[in-house]
Amino acid sequence: MTTAALPTTGPDRGGRSWYKRNEIAVTPWLFLAPAILFFAVYVIFPIFQSINISFYDWDGLGEATYVGLGNYAELMDDGAFEVSLWNNVKWLVFYLLAIPGGLFIALFLNQTVTGIRIYKSLFFFPFVISQVVVGLVFSWFYLPNEGLLNAILGWFGSDGINVLGDPTLATYGIIAAGLWPQTAYCMILYLTGLNAVDPEQVEAARLDGAKGWKMLWYVIVPQLKPATFIAFVVTIIGALRSFDLISIMTNGGPFGQTRVLSYYMFEKALSEYGFRMGYGAAIAVVLFLIMMIFIAYFLWSMWKEEKAR
Amino acid sequence: MFPTPIQKRPRSAQLTYQSFLPLALVMWLLPLIAVAVFSIKPASDFTQGNYWGPPGSFELFNNYGQVFFNSDMPRYMLNSFLITIPTVIGAVALSAMAGFALGIYKFRSNIWIFFMFVAGNFVPFQILMVPVRDLTLDMGLYNTKTGLVLFHVAFQTGFCTLFMRNFIRQLPFPLIEAARVEGIAEWRIFWYVVLPLMKPALAALAVLIFTFIWNDYFWAVVLTQGPESQPVTAGITSFNAQYRAAYHLMSAGSIVAALPPVAMFFLMQKHFIAGLTLGAVK
Repeated sequence: MTTAALPTTGPDRGGRSWYKRNEIAVTPWLFLAPAILFFAVYVIFPIFQSINISFYDWDGLGEATYVGLGNYAELMDDGAFEVSLWNNVKWLVFYLLAIPGGLFIALFLNQTVTGIRIYKSLFFFPFVISQVVVGLVFSWFYLPNEGLLNAILGWFGSDGINVLGDPTLATYGIIAAGLWPQTAYCMILYLTGLNAVDPEQVEAARLDGAKGWKMLWYVIVPQLKPATFIAFVVTIIGALRSFDLISIMTNGGPFGQTRVLSYYMFEKALSEYGFRMGYGAAIAVVLFLIMMIFIAYFLWSMWKEEKAR
Repeated sequence: MFPTPIQKRPRSAQLTYQSFLPLALVMWLLPLIAVAVFSIKPASDFTQGNYWGPPGSFELFNNYGQVFFNSDMPRYMLNSFLITIPTVIGAVALSAMAGFALGIYKFRSNIWIFFMFVAGNFVPFQILMVPVRDLTLDMGLYNTKTGLVLFHVAFQTGFCTLFMRNFIRQLPFPLIEAARVEGIAEWRIFWYVVLPLMKPALAALAVLIFTFIWNDYFWAVVLTQGPESQPVTAGITSFNAQYRAAYHLMSAGSIVAALPPVAMFFLMQKHFIAGLTLGAVK
């Protein structure tokens, strides 16, 4: 401590002692400053900027014209927007299948036989791979004539289907591709969750005659609640963020039937269909508001937990 | 343990399980196995319609040689590394500091700042797209790796801070109090007391962020164009445009592009899973 008191910096001395006196109060802000700066510039401000842009008609280069709620009014009559919104609902609902799917695989793999660790890692594989590659692989899998899916269907005497070329099927085909990595993610969450299940409770329930589904539903699943919560969070976010797969597999087609809000926004704001930044921003705001419902719920549950501590 | 350990089941059940395991794995990874087989097939297989049969000849070196020496792939791979590694360092450094501040100090706005990071991390990318692109253009960083890195660092800081802060909360607080009684400066407490204890969290985050950034496609498309600065995820699409319907080369390219995160995962498996399951186990 004696060294700190030496007048090494001359004129800075006054400031230094002020810092010394307020060290505990000031330090957290010094440590937070860079993170807050980056986050504010690249994440927080842009949210408000986007909301602002959504009230303008702007091509990204020239003068922006204020149109008030014009963009939102236009959205109301936009058929493509409606399709995208519905597809987002489909994504939200069907993507959640990853949670029971992941639990099922986790239960299947929750054994101690030789080599099980390797099996667990290999089952997790799809999640590590980029969605771009997953999308490519699945679009070959679905190829109308040469695809593996139709080769398999052919064994059962089916004529084969063109999944990605069929406006009603295409979205489900893409969701199925997305479920593959997402199920792997949920699986690993549940595998670690199962590790933490209290063996005494399981034994006690077993003595009481619980087994199979009853045991799973009344004893195991309640104990997996933290894992389920995280699985729910990442799956909802994944569903609303879906962009890569759509872009790679169908480019929104056929006839724009596989667009979701995130993709439609990109198309409107940044592609050959024109640079309608204001309109795109309005779509993004709608997506943001949907996400806000979930974010508010997540934060609320986290807040409850913080208070309970 | 649930389900009942297979060792307690009859012998027949054990054998069924043991034989079903590899079968299930092959089914699960079938799409990947197909790509791996595609990548060693000769071009003639595809023109003759032999898509799913065994390879007509073994062309591993030819196909991968094409990818490495006759395309922009090595360039895209290099870009990916030059984007991913600085991002990992930046995001982990910023969030270690922010996590320390939020995890150790009690001040009134603490929880609100924490929630700001958490909420920001969940925001849809699209609402950031137009302003971030403008900002990057204004700074003259459009179509540069730096522009991409700066954004990634900022965005990932949200998730990383959540992770770091929760990890630091679990550290023994008396240790820090003891250090304070000794009169150690706060930044020294961070550097010499807390940071060494955070090594597992740092490793877990580094692996996780590496995978996230390596696999990013959206921002690569929004903020860059062309082989000078695009990462491999965006590169693979133009690679595909170049070799349209050349499935053997596209497969080989995809496998090369997917390899680094896969290697990372296998090398650092324990950390990777620790990162993903954050908060899932208490």
